[in-house]
Amino acid sequence: MSERGFNALIAVGLIGFPLYALWLDEPFLITLATRAVVLALAGVGLNIALGIGGLVSLGHAVFFGIGGYAMGILASHAQAFDPIWQGAFTVTGTKSMPVIWLVALAASGLAALAIGALSLRTAGVYFIMITLAFGQMFFYFAISWPAYGGEDGLSIYVRNGFPGMNTLVPVQFYGLCLVLLFAGLALHWQIARSQFGLALNAARQSAVRVETVGLAPYRLRLIAFAISGMVTGLAGALFADLNRFVSPTMFSWQMSGEIMVFVILGGVARLFGPVVGAVLFITLEHLLGGISEYWLIWLGALLLGVVLFAPGGIVGLVTRRGHG
Amino acid sequence: MSLKSCLLAASLAALSTATAAWAEPVKVGMITTLSGGGAGLGLDVRDGFLLAVKQSGNTDIDMVIEDDQQKPDIAVQLADKMIQSDKVDVLTGIIWSNLAMAVVPGAVAQGKFYLSPNAGPSQLAGAGCNPNYFNVAWQNDNLHEAAGAYATSAGFANSFILAPNYPAGKDALTGYKRMYQGALAGEFYTQLGQTDYAAEIAQIRASGADSVFFFLPGGMGISFLKQYADSGVGLPVVGPAFSFDQGILQAVGAAALGVKNTSQWSKDIDNATNTAFVETFEAEYGRLPSLYASQGFDTANLLLSAMGKADVTDTAAFRAALKQADFASTRGDFRFNTNNHPIQDIYVREVIREGDVFTNKIIGTALSDHGDAYAAECKM
Amino acid sequence: MSLILLAEQVLNGLQFGVMLFLMAAGLTLVFGVMGLINLAHGSLYMVGAFAAAAVAGATGSFLLALVAALAAAAAAGALVEVLVIRRLYGRDHLDQVLATFALILIFSEGTRWLFGSFPLYLNIPAWLSGPVLLPGGIQYPAYRLALIGVGLAVALGLHLLIGHTRVGIRIRAGEADREMIAALGVDISRLYTFVFALGAALAGLAGALVGAIQSVQVGMGEPVLILAFVVIVIGGIGSIKGALIGALLVGVTDTLGGLLLPRLFGLVLDPSAAASVGSALAAMLIYLLMAAVLVWRPSGLFGVRA
Repeated sequence: MSERGFNALIAVGLIGFPLYALWLDEPFLITLATRAVVLALAGVGLNIALGIGGLVSLGHAVFFGIGGYAMGILASHAQAFDPIWQGAFTVTGTKSMPVIWLVALAASGLAALAIGALSLRTAGVYFIMITLAFGQMFFYFAISWPAYGGEDGLSIYVRNGFPGMNTLVPVQFYGLCLVLLFAGLALHWQIARSQFGLALNAARQSAVRVETVGLAPYRLRLIAFAISGMVTGLAGALFADLNRFVSPTMFSWQMSGEIMVFVILGGVARLFGPVVGAVLFITLEHLLGGISEYWLIWLGALLLGVVLFAPGGIVGLVTRRGHG
Repeated sequence: MSLKSCLLAASLAALSTATAAWAEPVKVGMITTLSGGGAGLGLDVRDGFLLAVKQSGNTDIDMVIEDDQQKPDIAVQLADKMIQSDKVDVLTGIIWSNLAMAVVPGAVAQGKFYLSPNAGPSQLAGAGCNPNYFNVAWQNDNLHEAAGAYATSAGFANSFILAPNYPAGKDALTGYKRMYQGALAGEFYTQLGQTDYAAEIAQIRASGADSVFFFLPGGMGISFLKQYADSGVGLPVVGPAFSFDQGILQAVGAAALGVKNTSQWSKDIDNATNTAFVETFEAEYGRLPSLYASQGFDTANLLLSAMGKADVTDTAAFRAALKQADFASTRGDFRFNTNNHPIQDIYVREVIREGDVFTNKIIGTALSDHGDAYAAECKM
Repeated sequence: MSLILLAEQVLNGLQFGVMLFLMAAGLTLVFGVMGLINLAHGSLYMVGAFAAAAVAGATGSFLLALVAALAAAAAAGALVEVLVIRRLYGRDHLDQVLATFALILIFSEGTRWLFGSFPLYLNIPAWLSGPVLLPGGIQYPAYRLALIGVGLAVALGLHLLIGHTRVGIRIRAGEADREMIAALGVDISRLYTFVFALGAALAGLAGALVGAIQSVQVGMGEPVLILAFVVIVIGGIGSIKGALIGALLVGVTDTLGGLLLPRLFGLVLDPSAAASVGSALAAMLIYLLMAAVLVWRPSGLFGVRA
């Protein structure tokens, strides 16, 4: 099957799934699908840095968490009618999704620029480790920060609002997340085809050659890292809204590992790789748990099988091509 | 991902012969930790709960049991599934306070009952209390308050206290200080997940304290006790039962002997229900029950007692039936406070060796008929 | 704060450091020689601890338990290498990350399936328990002194192995140029299995030794794994000397940081805020250290391979 065809199939599947769930009268399946879609968006963000740029960031949960806490802080102040800051002017919270998304994008973008500026001075496994380190720093900080719940996290009782929609209805929230996922995918596709993306890809393969042509790999990578962080940050805000809860586990290295697993499982650098990976992972998590108390062993065995026998991930397996 | 118990088959069979002396079947969703490092507690709660259901012979309970993997987002997802898809009437099972805070407010807001067999965060006992939320175990501060009361009555005047730097840890030290009337030789917050306590023990040695109070759940407590015993500091130790429950004691061994710990339950509480519970639990599962198992057992019996009085679809009546708490508890008499948290005695136990096994023995009562400090803030 | 407390803490830092070294040495060897990132290293630590607990429980002998830990971890390492790791050598780091992540799941739940969900009992043998009086009036647990001794002995042993034996020469050559030593007729697969099993055995030994004073439970290896990665990054990948220096640096920084930071903040803040902020910063301290080292020396202190 061609990759285009496969992608189209998945896109149609994602659009049609809520109809199937409504026909079965199982609104929970839509919530499950929303979870997969949001995690897929986080993976799409990582894939921009990882797939195109070759930047193995094992601390990407930092941005996921920043987006989540942006939502948590704004919404919790709003629901308690408690301004965030009162000085020359007052900064209040908000429960409006578009505003929250903008703040999440801005916050995670800034963080990505700062973290990237420091981390991109290293390469290879050192880069992996320093991104992990930043993830851990934010994790421990969030746990110890009592103002926003610390390890207990923050509950947001009512889902935030989007003008013109009732976001508590599962299928409407799913629609919002799906639109954002498609936007993220479109962004990835556009970057990959653009001059910037080509230069970035070239820098991934050989930084020296790119330098000789007069481009600066460091700057290319930093911009890619920032964009990647922003997309994952947006996913974090959506995830917090989905669960109506935000906690330091969103910063944990296990979360970073899971996002990376989605991307690799689906196929690194493949446009729909993270989508396939997230959908597969969530489906397996949902189904396997019923088979045995030790279902994680089976999940591990399955992941191992994919790595050993299906390099290029699921998308690679289906389209029968190796790594891009 | 559901692990349906064979009760489902039994209840279907029973319904087909329909001699319903009971009211409609009640669907119960249990979200608890069944995998990973914290699984011991969830398994105990589950086993205690299921034992009670089995012993009652009641076939009108339909259980859905799922594993939250100690992750708040998974717990939220499971709660959504149980409410939307499985259409449960009652939720229960969560061990950890952070998961409870993620799930409970939403669940009770949707009109479901939640019976907590363990986690008792202060927010849900005070301003966040809800008529549909019942806590069958304790409010988080209770066992620490009892430790403080015991320390005062035992004559300790200069305590060194330590707990991890997270909300439950801070609540623990706050609870202890609420009832403890002596001076503090030191107050220390360790890191969550820390395994090496050499620094803290050295500070205890240097502080001139006459006693130590600590709250270090799970592996942290095991590490601390082993290292403390080996250090030769030798000061008397007091703590809540969480670090001295049956599951943990076997891993600590002799290092825990003589430690005093506070608990609302002990296997040697002398009443018929408790004696039968300990015997049948050991017979069924091959291990001695812990306080978590007793809490699961009591939660199930509370539910069964309410089912005997009212139909779960008549929420007002069912709520009143739950509030009456008219069941035989392993702790003896059981009653709820205005904020749906227990009013109960908290005992002091000492760790002893019984043959090959390390276990606890009651040596006194620290607090009698004790409620909690947050009931006044609850507007119910 | 007395000088004795400070001296005790330095010793504690050293002990923590040498145990980290046992973990880090295996990790850095595997990465240096085989170019492989092994996330499952923490699971081998756990295997060692569980094997030791099981044997100590059955026989009552601590020394036998240690031998069992070495053997079980080495065997587990060799098995995993032959079945799984072997296929990952030429592959992308990403595939290695995913595969070894999967191994963590299998090991963790497999251990829980075999041994149950409750922590196991493993304790210090009577002949090593209790404190010892050191010069200066310091009362220090005998067992921890023993750990420091074992750690330094292992460091010396590794130094001799790598520097003065045939196997060591092959390891060093393999780190420098993998293809060349294959061309020179060295049996690469046997060498790789040996290196992997050696790293695993060291991790298992660390697990057993530390398990006696901490908790033997499922998932005990993951926090240590993260620290071990921090150590080898600071020290420089592929360098045993770097692993030792890095481990000692991390051990002492972490221990002294936890002691001194709250006091430092206590000078300007009130006690409970100082305790809170100080301990939060102490938790982040080694990551800050790693970030600082990498910004200054992007390949670590003694980095062999970039």
